[in-house]
Amino acid sequence: MADEGDIILSELDDEELVLQMHDDLYDGLKEEIEDGVRILLDRGWTPYDTLTKALVAGMTIVGADFRDGILFVPEVLLAANAMKAGMAILKPLLAETGAPKVGKMVIGTVKGDIHDIGKNLVGMMMEGAGFEVVDLGINNSVEKYLEALEREEADILGMSALLTTTMPYMKVVIDTLKEKGMREDFIILVGGAPLNEEFGRAIGADAYCRDAAVAVQTAKDFMGRKHNQMAG
Amino acid sequence: MTNALSRLLETRDWLLADGATGTNLFNMGLEAGEPPELWNTDRPDNIRALYRSAVDAGSDIFLTNTFGGNAARLKLHNAQGRVQELNRVGAALGRDIADKAGRPVVVAGSVGPTGEIMVPMGALTHELAVEIFHEQAEGLKAGGADVLWVETISAAEEFRAAAEAFALAGMPWCGTMSFDTAGRTMMGFTSSAMVGMVGKLPNPPLAFGANCGVGAADLMRTILGFMAAGPELPVIAKGNAGIPKYHDGHIHYDGTPELMGAYAVLARDAGATIIGGCCGTMPDHLRSMREALENTPRGPRPSVEEIAQKLGGFSSASDGTGEGVPERRDRGGRRRG
Repeated sequence: MADEGDIILSELDDEELVLQMHDDLYDGLKEEIEDGVRILLDRGWTPYDTLTKALVAGMTIVGADFRDGILFVPEVLLAANAMKAGMAILKPLLAETGAPKVGKMVIGTVKGDIHDIGKNLVGMMMEGAGFEVVDLGINNSVEKYLEALEREEADILGMSALLTTTMPYMKVVIDTLKEKGMREDFIILVGGAPLNEEFGRAIGADAYCRDAAVAVQTAKDFMGRKHNQMAG
Repeated sequence: MTNALSRLLETRDWLLADGATGTNLFNMGLEAGEPPELWNTDRPDNIRALYRSAVDAGSDIFLTNTFGGNAARLKLHNAQGRVQELNRVGAALGRDIADKAGRPVVVAGSVGPTGEIMVPMGALTHELAVEIFHEQAEGLKAGGADVLWVETISAAEEFRAAAEAFALAGMPWCGTMSFDTAGRTMMGFTSSAMVGMVGKLPNPPLAFGANCGVGAADLMRTILGFMAAGPELPVIAKGNAGIPKYHDGHIHYDGTPELMGAYAVLARDAGATIIGGCCGTMPDHLRSMREALENTPRGPRPSVEEIAQKLGGFSSASDGTGEGVPERRDRGGRRRG
Protein backbone atom coordinates (compact mmCIF):
# COMPACT_ATOMS: atom_id res chain seq x y z
CA MET A 1 0.00 0.00 0.00
CA ALA A 2 1.39 3.35 -0.99
CA ASP A 3 0.92 6.07 1.57
CA GLU A 4 0.49 9.63 0.49
CA GLY A 5 3.91 11.14 -0.18
CA ASP A 6 5.39 7.81 -1.18
CA ILE A 7 7.45 7.93 -4.32
CA ILE A 8 6.71 5.34 -6.98
CA LEU A 9 10.04 4.76 -8.73
CA SER A 10 8.47 3.38 -11.92
CA GLU A 11 6.37 6.53 -12.33
CA LEU A 12 9.39 8.86 -12.31
CA ASP A 13 10.89 9.97 -15.60
CA ASP A 14 14.52 9.03 -16.28
CA GLU A 15 16.01 12.22 -14.91
CA GLU A 16 13.92 12.15 -11.72
CA LEU A 17 14.61 8.46 -11.21
CA VAL A 18 18.38 8.93 -11.45
CA LEU A 19 18.25 11.76 -8.91
CA GLN A 20 16.05 9.60 -6.69
CA MET A 21 18.59 6.79 -6.93
CA HIS A 22 21.32 9.19 -5.80
CA ASP A 23 19.13 9.93 -2.77
CA ASP A 24 18.50 6.25 -2.17
CA LEU A 25 22.20 5.44 -2.30
CA TYR A 26 22.81 8.25 0.19
CA ASP A 27 20.24 6.68 2.49
CA GLY A 28 21.60 3.16 1.93
CA LEU A 29 18.32 1.76 0.58
CA LYS A 30 19.36 -1.51 -1.03
CA GLU A 31 16.04 -2.74 -2.41
CA GLU A 32 15.20 0.64 -3.91
CA ILE A 33 18.55 0.67 -5.70
CA GLU A 34 17.94 -2.80 -7.10
CA ASP A 35 14.51 -1.68 -8.31
CA GLY A 36 15.92 1.49 -9.83
CA VAL A 37 18.62 -0.43 -11.73
CA ARG A 38 16.04 -2.86 -13.14
CA ILE A 39 13.71 -0.05 -14.21
CA LEU A 40 16.51 1.77 -16.06
CA LEU A 41 17.58 -1.44 -17.81
CA ASP A 42 13.96 -2.16 -18.77
CA ARG A 43 13.77 1.30 -20.28
CA GLY A 44 16.65 0.40 -22.53
CA TRP A 45 19.52 2.05 -20.63
CA THR A 46 22.90 0.42 -21.26
CA PRO A 47 24.47 -1.29 -18.23
CA TYR A 48 27.39 1.16 -18.52
CA ASP A 49 25.15 4.26 -18.40
CA THR A 50 23.19 2.81 -15.49
CA LEU A 51 26.43 2.19 -13.63
CA THR A 52 28.01 5.58 -14.24
CA LYS A 53 25.03 7.95 -14.21
CA ALA A 54 23.01 6.36 -11.40
CA LEU A 55 25.40 4.41 -9.16
CA VAL A 56 28.83 5.99 -9.62
CA ALA A 57 27.43 9.53 -9.60
CA GLY A 58 25.42 8.73 -6.45
CA MET A 59 28.44 7.26 -4.67
CA THR A 60 30.41 10.37 -5.58
CA ILE A 61 27.99 12.40 -3.45
CA VAL A 62 28.34 9.91 -0.59
CA GLY A 63 32.12 10.12 -0.94
CA ALA A 64 32.12 13.92 -0.85
CA ASP A 65 30.06 14.02 2.34
CA PHE A 66 32.27 11.33 3.89
CA ARG A 67 35.35 13.41 3.05
CA ASP A 68 33.71 16.50 4.56
CA GLY A 69 32.87 14.84 7.88
CA ILE A 70 29.11 14.78 7.27
CA LEU A 71 28.71 11.05 6.77
CA PHE A 72 30.71 8.47 8.74
CA VAL A 73 31.59 4.81 8.41
CA PRO A 74 28.15 3.33 9.27
CA GLU A 75 26.34 5.44 6.64
CA VAL A 76 29.01 4.76 4.02
CA LEU A 77 28.83 1.02 4.68
CA LEU A 78 25.07 1.11 4.14
CA ALA A 79 25.45 3.13 0.94
CA ALA A 80 28.15 0.80 -0.33
CA ASN A 81 25.98 -2.23 0.38
CA ALA A 82 23.15 -0.70 -1.63
CA MET A 83 25.58 0.08 -4.44
CA LYS A 84 26.89 -3.50 -4.37
CA ALA A 85 23.37 -4.85 -4.74
CA GLY A 86 22.92 -2.72 -7.87
CA MET A 87 26.34 -3.78 -9.14
CA ALA A 88 25.43 -7.45 -8.73
CA ILE A 89 22.72 -6.96 -11.36
CA LEU A 90 24.98 -4.97 -13.68
CA LYS A 91 28.21 -6.96 -13.45
CA PRO A 92 27.31 -9.86 -15.80
CA LEU A 93 25.70 -7.43 -18.25
CA LEU A 94 28.75 -5.16 -18.23
CA ALA A 95 30.97 -8.10 -19.11
CA GLU A 96 28.65 -9.13 -21.97
CA THR A 97 28.48 -5.65 -23.44
CA GLY A 98 32.24 -5.05 -23.22
CA ALA A 99 31.88 -1.78 -21.34
CA PRO A 100 35.05 0.33 -20.96
CA LYS A 101 37.26 -0.61 -18.00
CA VAL A 102 38.41 2.09 -15.59
CA GLY A 103 41.30 0.18 -14.03
CA LYS A 104 42.21 -2.66 -11.73
CA MET A 105 43.34 -2.40 -8.13
CA VAL A 106 44.90 -4.95 -5.79
CA ILE A 107 44.22 -3.91 -2.20
CA GLY A 108 45.09 -5.33 1.22
CA THR A 109 46.03 -4.58 4.80
CA VAL A 110 49.75 -5.06 5.51
CA LYS A 111 51.37 -7.86 7.47
CA GLY A 112 50.63 -7.86 11.18
CA ASP A 113 47.53 -5.72 10.81
CA ILE A 114 44.03 -7.13 10.94
CA HIS A 115 42.16 -3.88 10.50
CA ASP A 116 40.07 -3.92 7.39
CA ILE A 117 37.29 -1.39 7.89
CA GLY A 118 39.05 1.43 6.06
CA LYS A 119 40.43 -0.92 3.43
CA ASN A 120 36.95 -2.35 2.77
CA LEU A 121 35.55 1.15 2.42
CA VAL A 122 38.19 2.04 -0.15
CA GLY A 123 37.51 -1.20 -2.02
CA MET A 124 33.79 -0.56 -2.09
CA MET A 125 34.13 3.07 -3.14
CA MET A 126 36.58 2.08 -5.87
CA GLU A 127 34.07 -0.48 -7.14
CA GLY A 128 31.45 2.21 -6.84
CA ALA A 129 33.60 4.33 -9.15
CA GLY A 130 33.81 1.53 -11.69
CA PHE A 131 37.24 0.06 -10.84
CA GLU A 132 37.82 -3.66 -10.68
CA VAL A 133 39.02 -4.51 -7.16
CA VAL A 134 40.93 -7.59 -6.01
CA ASP A 135 40.80 -7.67 -2.21
CA LEU A 136 43.61 -9.62 -0.55
CA GLY A 137 42.12 -9.16 2.93
CA ILE A 138 44.29 -8.62 6.01
CA ASN A 139 47.81 -9.52 7.08
CA ASN A 140 49.52 -9.51 3.67
CA SER A 141 53.18 -10.32 3.21
CA VAL A 142 55.25 -8.72 0.48
CA GLU A 143 55.14 -12.03 -1.42
CA LYS A 144 51.34 -12.04 -1.41
CA TYR A 145 51.14 -8.49 -2.75
CA LEU A 146 53.65 -9.19 -5.52
CA GLU A 147 52.06 -12.44 -6.56
CA ALA A 148 48.62 -10.81 -6.82
CA LEU A 149 49.92 -7.76 -8.72
CA GLU A 150 51.50 -9.97 -11.36
CA ARG A 151 48.66 -12.48 -11.57
CA GLU A 152 45.98 -9.80 -11.87
CA GLU A 153 47.98 -7.48 -14.14
CA ALA A 154 46.81 -4.71 -11.85
CA ASP A 155 47.23 -0.98 -12.43
CA ILE A 156 47.06 0.07 -8.81
CA LEU A 157 48.33 -1.28 -5.49
CA GLY A 158 46.49 -0.09 -2.38
CA MET A 159 47.98 -0.75 1.06
CA SER A 160 46.33 -0.05 4.38
CA ALA A 161 47.59 -0.04 8.00
CA LEU A 162 45.89 1.13 11.15
CA LEU A 163 48.73 0.63 13.59
CA THR A 164 51.95 2.54 14.07
CA THR A 165 53.48 -0.90 14.57
CA THR A 166 52.50 -2.08 11.10
CA MET A 167 52.70 1.01 8.87
CA PRO A 168 56.47 0.71 8.27
CA TYR A 169 55.81 -2.58 6.46
CA MET A 170 54.51 -0.58 3.50
CA LYS A 171 58.06 0.51 2.83
CA VAL A 172 59.21 -3.12 2.81
CA VAL A 173 56.73 -3.82 0.02
CA ILE A 174 57.68 -0.75 -2.01
CA ASP A 175 61.42 -1.40 -1.59
CA THR A 176 60.96 -4.98 -2.79
CA LEU A 177 59.10 -3.74 -5.90
CA LYS A 178 62.00 -1.35 -6.54
CA GLU A 179 64.59 -4.12 -6.18
CA LYS A 180 62.73 -6.22 -8.70
CA GLY A 181 62.42 -3.31 -11.09
CA MET A 182 58.64 -3.41 -10.88
CA ARG A 183 57.98 -0.20 -8.98
CA GLU A 184 57.08 1.86 -12.05
CA ASP A 185 54.56 -0.73 -13.25
CA PHE A 186 52.05 0.25 -10.56
CA ILE A 187 50.38 3.24 -9.03
CA ILE A 188 50.84 2.82 -5.28
CA LEU A 189 48.30 4.37 -2.92
CA VAL A 190 48.56 4.07 0.88
CA GLY A 191 46.14 4.90 3.66
CA GLY A 192 45.19 4.34 7.29
CA ALA A 193 44.58 6.37 10.43
CA PRO A 194 48.19 6.92 11.60
CA LEU A 195 49.52 7.80 8.12
CA ASN A 196 49.93 11.19 6.52
CA GLU A 197 51.13 12.70 3.28
CA GLU A 198 54.71 13.07 4.43
CA PHE A 199 54.85 9.41 5.43
CA GLY A 200 53.52 8.39 2.02
CA ARG A 201 56.23 10.41 0.31
CA ALA A 202 58.98 9.16 2.62
CA ILE A 203 58.28 5.49 1.88
CA GLY A 204 58.01 6.08 -1.87
CA ALA A 205 54.27 5.70 -2.46
CA ASP A 206 52.62 7.68 -5.24
CA ALA A 207 50.09 9.15 -2.86
CA TYR A 208 48.67 9.01 0.63
CA CYS A 209 44.86 9.03 0.61
CA ARG A 210 43.22 10.28 3.77
CA ASP A 211 39.91 8.58 3.07
CA ALA A 212 38.05 6.43 0.55
CA ALA A 213 36.74 9.41 -1.41
CA VAL A 214 40.24 10.82 -1.84
CA ALA A 215 41.49 7.36 -2.83
CA VAL A 216 38.95 7.20 -5.65
CA GLN A 217 39.79 10.68 -6.90
CA THR A 218 43.53 10.04 -6.71
CA ALA A 219 43.19 6.72 -8.52
CA LYS A 220 41.20 8.40 -11.29
CA ASP A 221 43.79 11.19 -11.63
CA PHE A 222 46.69 8.75 -11.87
CA MET A 223 44.86 6.49 -14.32
CA GLY A 224 44.10 9.54 -16.46
CA ARG A 225 47.77 10.47 -16.53
CA LYS A 226 48.75 6.89 -17.33
CA HIS A 227 46.36 6.80 -20.30
CA ASN A 228 47.70 10.13 -21.53
CA GLN A 229 51.26 8.85 -21.36
CA MET A 230 50.31 5.75 -23.31
CA ALA A 231 48.53 7.85 -25.92
CA GLY A 232 51.49 10.23 -26.12
CA MET B 1 34.71 1.08 46.18
CA THR B 2 38.29 0.63 47.21
CA ASN B 3 40.91 0.25 44.56
CA ALA B 4 44.22 1.92 43.89
CA LEU B 5 42.81 4.36 41.33
CA SER B 6 39.81 5.48 43.41
CA ARG B 7 42.12 6.12 46.34
CA LEU B 8 44.44 8.25 44.22
CA LEU B 9 41.50 10.16 42.71
CA GLU B 10 40.32 11.02 46.24
CA THR B 11 43.62 12.58 47.24
CA ARG B 12 44.84 14.29 44.06
CA ASP B 13 43.30 16.71 41.60
CA TRP B 14 45.29 15.41 38.64
CA LEU B 15 47.05 12.15 37.87
CA LEU B 16 49.70 11.48 35.27
CA ALA B 17 49.07 8.43 33.10
CA ASP B 18 51.67 6.90 30.79
CA GLY B 19 52.75 7.39 27.18
CA ALA B 20 53.18 5.19 24.15
CA THR B 21 53.59 1.44 24.16
CA GLY B 22 54.17 0.70 20.47
CA THR B 23 56.57 3.60 19.88
CA ASN B 24 58.67 2.60 22.90
CA LEU B 25 58.77 -1.07 21.93
CA PHE B 26 59.83 -0.18 18.39
CA ASN B 27 62.81 1.57 19.88
CA MET B 28 63.65 -1.70 21.67
CA GLY B 29 63.59 -3.60 18.39
CA LEU B 30 59.97 -4.65 17.84
CA GLU B 31 59.52 -5.40 14.14
CA ALA B 32 56.66 -4.00 12.07
CA GLY B 33 53.84 -6.52 12.06
CA GLU B 34 55.04 -8.38 15.15
CA PRO B 35 52.40 -8.53 17.93
CA PRO B 36 53.74 -6.63 20.97
CA GLU B 37 51.82 -8.87 23.39
CA LEU B 38 54.09 -11.85 22.65
CA TRP B 39 56.92 -9.94 24.27
CA ASN B 40 55.19 -10.39 27.65
CA THR B 41 56.46 -13.97 27.66
CA ASP B 42 59.27 -13.79 25.06
CA ARG B 43 61.05 -10.66 26.25
CA PRO B 44 59.75 -9.84 29.74
CA ASP B 45 62.79 -7.69 30.56
CA ASN B 46 61.83 -5.28 27.78
CA ILE B 47 58.27 -5.05 29.07
CA ARG B 48 59.53 -4.44 32.61
CA ALA B 49 61.78 -1.70 31.21
CA LEU B 50 58.79 -0.17 29.39
CA TYR B 51 56.68 -0.06 32.55
CA ARG B 52 59.60 1.14 34.69
CA SER B 53 60.35 3.96 32.25
CA ALA B 54 56.84 5.35 32.75
CA VAL B 55 57.04 5.03 36.54
CA ASP B 56 60.50 6.61 36.63
CA ALA B 57 59.23 9.49 34.50
CA GLY B 58 56.52 10.21 37.07
CA SER B 59 53.44 8.33 35.86
CA ASP B 60 50.84 7.54 38.52
CA ILE B 61 49.13 5.09 36.20
CA PHE B 62 50.53 2.87 33.47
CA LEU B 63 48.78 0.64 30.96
CA THR B 64 49.82 -2.95 30.40
CA ASN B 65 51.22 -4.30 27.13
CA THR B 66 47.98 -6.10 26.33
CA PHE B 67 46.24 -3.72 23.92
CA GLY B 68 45.90 -6.34 21.18
CA GLY B 69 45.53 -9.23 23.63
CA ASN B 70 42.02 -10.30 22.72
CA ALA B 71 41.15 -13.47 20.83
CA ALA B 72 39.97 -11.58 17.72
CA ARG B 73 43.35 -9.88 17.30
CA LEU B 74 45.66 -12.65 18.52
CA LYS B 75 44.02 -15.02 16.04
CA LEU B 76 46.02 -13.33 13.32
CA HIS B 77 49.20 -14.66 14.90
CA ASN B 78 47.63 -18.00 15.74
CA ALA B 79 47.85 -17.04 19.42
CA GLN B 80 44.11 -16.95 20.17
CA GLY B 81 44.65 -19.79 22.64
CA ARG B 82 47.02 -17.64 24.70
CA VAL B 83 44.67 -14.80 25.69
CA GLN B 84 44.59 -15.71 29.38
CA GLU B 85 48.34 -16.28 29.62
CA LEU B 86 49.50 -13.17 27.71
CA ASN B 87 47.18 -10.88 29.67
CA ARG B 88 47.96 -12.45 33.02
CA VAL B 89 51.72 -12.19 32.45
CA GLY B 90 51.42 -8.66 31.01
CA ALA B 91 49.59 -7.54 34.15
CA ALA B 92 51.80 -9.50 36.57
CA LEU B 93 54.98 -7.87 35.18
CA GLY B 94 53.29 -4.53 35.82
CA ARG B 95 52.14 -5.49 39.32
CA ASP B 96 55.73 -6.22 40.22
CA ILE B 97 56.99 -2.85 38.95
CA ALA B 98 54.16 -0.90 40.63
CA ASP B 99 54.66 -2.61 44.00
CA LYS B 100 58.34 -1.66 44.00
CA ALA B 101 57.70 1.97 43.01
CA GLY B 102 57.74 3.28 46.60
CA ARG B 103 54.58 5.32 45.93
CA PRO B 104 51.08 4.40 44.81
CA VAL B 105 51.14 3.47 41.12
CA VAL B 106 48.10 2.04 39.35
CA VAL B 107 48.39 -0.94 36.99
CA ALA B 108 45.72 -0.49 34.34
CA GLY B 109 45.00 -3.53 32.18
CA SER B 110 44.88 -2.28 28.61
CA VAL B 111 42.08 -3.63 26.42
CA GLY B 112 42.02 -2.51 22.78
CA PRO B 113 39.28 -2.92 20.18
CA THR B 114 38.48 -6.24 18.55
CA GLY B 115 39.12 -4.72 15.12
CA GLU B 116 35.73 -5.94 13.92
CA ILE B 117 32.48 -4.14 13.16
CA MET B 118 29.50 -4.99 15.30
CA VAL B 119 26.02 -5.87 14.05
CA PRO B 120 24.02 -4.59 12.22
CA MET B 121 26.82 -3.01 10.10
CA GLY B 122 29.25 -5.86 10.67
CA ALA B 123 29.30 -9.45 11.83
CA LEU B 124 30.38 -9.21 15.49
CA THR B 125 27.45 -9.81 17.85
CA HIS B 126 27.14 -8.18 21.25
CA GLU B 127 27.31 -11.57 22.97
CA LEU B 128 30.53 -12.55 21.22
CA ALA B 129 32.12 -9.14 21.88
CA VAL B 130 31.30 -9.48 25.60
CA GLU B 131 32.81 -12.96 25.61
CA ILE B 132 36.00 -11.75 23.89
CA PHE B 133 36.46 -8.86 26.32
CA HIS B 134 35.54 -11.02 29.32
CA GLU B 135 38.22 -13.58 28.52
CA GLN B 136 40.84 -10.84 28.37
CA ALA B 137 39.51 -9.17 31.52
CA GLU B 138 39.88 -12.38 33.53
CA GLY B 139 43.50 -12.72 32.43
CA LEU B 140 44.32 -9.15 33.46
CA LYS B 141 42.54 -9.65 36.77
CA ALA B 142 44.48 -12.85 37.47
CA GLY B 143 47.72 -11.00 36.78
CA GLY B 144 46.90 -8.38 39.42
CA ALA B 145 45.73 -5.34 37.42
CA ASP B 146 44.18 -2.68 39.68
CA VAL B 147 41.70 -1.56 37.06
CA LEU B 148 40.84 -2.45 33.47
CA TRP B 149 41.22 0.17 30.78
CA VAL B 150 39.50 -0.13 27.42
CA GLU B 151 40.95 2.29 24.85
CA THR B 152 40.92 3.44 21.23
CA ILE B 153 37.27 2.41 20.78
CA SER B 154 35.26 3.80 17.83
CA ALA B 155 31.80 2.26 18.26
CA ALA B 156 29.48 2.89 21.21
CA GLU B 157 28.28 -0.71 20.94
CA GLU B 158 31.80 -2.03 21.45
CA PHE B 159 32.36 0.28 24.43
CA ARG B 160 29.16 -1.03 26.04
CA ALA B 161 30.19 -4.63 25.38
CA ALA B 162 33.50 -4.01 27.15
CA ALA B 163 31.66 -2.43 30.11
CA GLU B 164 29.44 -5.48 30.40
CA ALA B 165 32.44 -7.81 30.26
CA PHE B 166 34.20 -5.87 33.02
CA ALA B 167 31.10 -6.21 35.21
CA LEU B 168 31.24 -9.98 34.66
CA ALA B 169 34.88 -9.93 35.78
CA GLY B 170 33.91 -7.77 38.78
CA MET B 171 36.59 -5.20 37.97
CA PRO B 172 36.62 -1.39 38.22
CA TRP B 173 37.48 0.19 34.89
CA CYS B 174 38.20 3.22 32.77
CA GLY B 175 37.42 3.70 29.11
CA THR B 176 38.52 5.99 26.32
CA MET B 177 37.47 6.36 22.72
CA SER B 178 39.49 7.62 19.78
CA PHE B 179 38.10 10.72 18.06
CA ASP B 180 40.11 10.62 14.85
CA THR B 181 37.62 11.44 12.07
CA ALA B 182 36.63 15.09 11.78
CA GLY B 183 36.59 15.33 15.58
CA ARG B 184 34.36 12.28 15.97
CA THR B 185 35.14 8.59 16.24
CA MET B 186 35.45 6.65 12.99
CA MET B 187 31.83 5.59 13.49
CA GLY B 188 30.70 9.22 13.77
CA PHE B 189 30.28 9.26 17.57
CA THR B 190 30.76 12.69 19.18
CA SER B 191 32.37 13.68 22.47
CA SER B 192 29.04 14.89 23.87
CA ALA B 193 27.36 11.61 22.90
CA MET B 194 30.03 9.74 24.84
CA VAL B 195 29.22 11.74 28.00
CA GLY B 196 25.58 10.71 27.59
CA MET B 197 26.52 7.07 27.04
CA VAL B 198 28.85 6.62 30.04
CA GLY B 199 26.27 8.29 32.31
CA LYS B 200 23.74 5.60 31.45
CA LEU B 201 25.92 2.51 31.92
CA PRO B 202 24.81 0.17 34.74
CA ASN B 203 28.46 -0.15 35.83
CA PRO B 204 29.90 3.28 35.11
CA PRO B 205 33.67 3.63 34.70
CA LEU B 206 35.87 5.36 37.32
CA ALA B 207 36.83 7.80 34.58
CA PHE B 208 36.27 8.14 30.84
CA GLY B 209 37.77 10.14 28.02
CA ALA B 210 39.72 10.24 24.79
CA ASN B 211 42.98 8.73 23.59
CA CYS B 212 45.04 8.69 20.39
CA GLY B 213 43.20 10.39 17.53
CA VAL B 214 45.00 12.97 15.44
CA GLY B 215 47.24 15.29 17.48
CA ALA B 216 47.25 17.00 20.86
CA ALA B 217 45.16 19.94 19.60
CA ASP B 218 42.32 17.76 18.30
CA LEU B 219 42.32 15.79 21.53
CA MET B 220 42.00 18.98 23.55
CA ARG B 221 38.99 20.04 21.49
CA THR B 222 37.42 16.69 22.39
CA ILE B 223 38.07 17.40 26.09
CA LEU B 224 36.26 20.74 25.73
CA GLY B 225 33.40 18.81 24.08
CA PHE B 226 33.20 16.51 27.12
CA MET B 227 33.18 19.43 29.55
CA ALA B 228 30.46 21.28 27.64
CA ALA B 229 28.21 18.23 28.12
CA GLY B 230 28.58 18.41 31.92
CA PRO B 231 30.21 15.06 32.75
CA GLU B 232 29.77 13.67 36.26
CA LEU B 233 32.78 11.35 36.05
CA PRO B 234 36.47 12.30 35.95
CA VAL B 235 37.78 12.90 32.42
CA ILE B 236 40.84 11.23 30.85
CA ALA B 237 43.04 12.93 28.21
CA LYS B 238 45.63 10.76 26.44
CA GLY B 239 46.75 12.49 23.27
CA ASN B 240 49.43 11.63 20.73
CA ALA B 241 52.75 13.49 20.82
CA GLY B 242 52.05 15.26 17.55
CA ILE B 243 51.89 13.63 14.13
CA PRO B 244 53.91 10.61 12.94
CA LYS B 245 56.82 11.32 10.59
CA TYR B 246 59.08 8.82 8.92
CA HIS B 247 62.85 9.11 9.41
CA ASP B 248 65.53 6.59 8.47
CA GLY B 249 63.32 3.55 8.64
CA HIS B 250 61.40 4.35 11.79
CA ILE B 251 58.44 6.42 12.91
CA HIS B 252 59.01 9.57 14.85
CA TYR B 253 56.31 11.81 16.30
CA ASP B 254 56.88 15.52 15.86
CA GLY B 255 55.54 16.69 19.25
CA THR B 256 58.33 17.94 21.53
CA PRO B 257 58.45 17.40 25.31
CA GLU B 258 57.71 21.14 25.68
CA LEU B 259 54.59 20.85 23.53
CA MET B 260 53.37 17.88 25.56
CA GLY B 261 54.03 19.86 28.76
CA ALA B 262 51.85 22.67 27.43
CA TYR B 263 49.22 20.11 26.40
CA ALA B 264 49.16 18.56 29.90
CA VAL B 265 48.54 21.93 31.54
CA LEU B 266 45.83 22.82 29.00
CA ALA B 267 44.17 19.43 29.60
CA ARG B 268 44.13 19.95 33.36
CA ASP B 269 42.86 23.53 33.04
CA ALA B 270 40.16 22.32 30.66
CA GLY B 271 38.92 19.96 33.37
CA ALA B 272 40.67 16.62 32.71
CA THR B 273 41.75 14.71 35.82
CA ILE B 274 43.81 11.88 34.33
CA ILE B 275 46.34 13.14 31.82
CA GLY B 276 48.75 11.13 29.75
CA GLY B 277 50.05 10.61 26.23
CA CYS B 278 49.49 8.06 23.54
CA CYS B 279 51.48 7.26 20.37
CA GLY B 280 54.88 8.96 20.27
CA THR B 281 54.88 9.90 23.96
CA MET B 282 58.27 8.90 25.36
CA PRO B 283 59.64 9.15 28.94
CA ASP B 284 61.09 12.60 28.17
CA HIS B 285 57.62 13.82 27.24
CA LEU B 286 56.17 12.36 30.45
CA ARG B 287 58.84 14.06 32.59
CA SER B 288 58.08 17.37 30.90
CA MET B 289 54.34 16.84 31.47
CA ARG B 290 54.85 16.02 35.15
CA GLU B 291 57.07 19.04 35.65
CA ALA B 292 54.61 21.35 33.87
CA LEU B 293 51.67 20.04 35.89
CA GLU B 294 53.55 20.46 39.17
CA ASN B 295 54.95 23.91 38.43
CA THR B 296 52.20 25.67 36.50
CA PRO B 297 49.39 27.20 38.56
CA ARG B 298 45.89 26.25 37.54
CA GLY B 299 44.44 28.65 34.97
CA PRO B 300 41.01 29.27 33.47
CA ARG B 301 39.56 26.76 31.00
CA PRO B 302 41.33 27.39 27.67
CA SER B 303 39.38 28.43 24.60
CA VAL B 304 39.55 26.64 21.26
CA GLU B 305 41.61 29.56 19.95
CA GLU B 306 44.14 29.28 22.78
CA ILE B 307 44.51 25.56 22.16
CA ALA B 308 45.12 26.14 18.45
CA GLN B 309 47.66 28.83 19.25
CA LYS B 310 49.63 26.68 21.71
CA LEU B 311 49.30 23.22 20.14
CA GLY B 312 48.59 23.91 16.47
CA GLY B 313 45.46 23.80 14.32
CA PHE B 314 42.67 21.23 14.15
CA SER B 315 42.14 18.54 11.51
CA SER B 316 38.56 19.68 10.77
CA ALA B 317 36.45 22.81 11.19
CA SER B 318 33.80 21.14 13.35
CA ASP B 319 33.87 18.18 15.75
CA GLY B 320 30.16 17.52 15.49
CA THR B 321 29.22 19.31 18.73
CA GLY B 322 27.93 22.84 19.37
CA GLU B 323 27.24 25.12 16.43
CA GLY B 324 28.37 24.91 12.83
CA VAL B 325 27.94 21.14 12.52
CA PRO B 326 27.80 20.23 8.81
CA GLU B 327 24.39 18.80 8.03
CA ARG B 328 23.36 15.80 5.98
CA ARG B 329 21.78 16.50 2.63
CA ASP B 330 18.03 16.83 2.61
CA ARG B 331 16.43 13.65 1.34
CA GLY B 332 12.98 12.85 -0.01
CA GLY B 333 10.34 10.51 1.45
CA ARG B 334 10.30 6.70 1.45
CA ARG B 335 10.23 5.12 -1.96
CA ARG B 336 8.41 2.19 -3.44
CA GLY B 337 9.07 0.37 -6.66
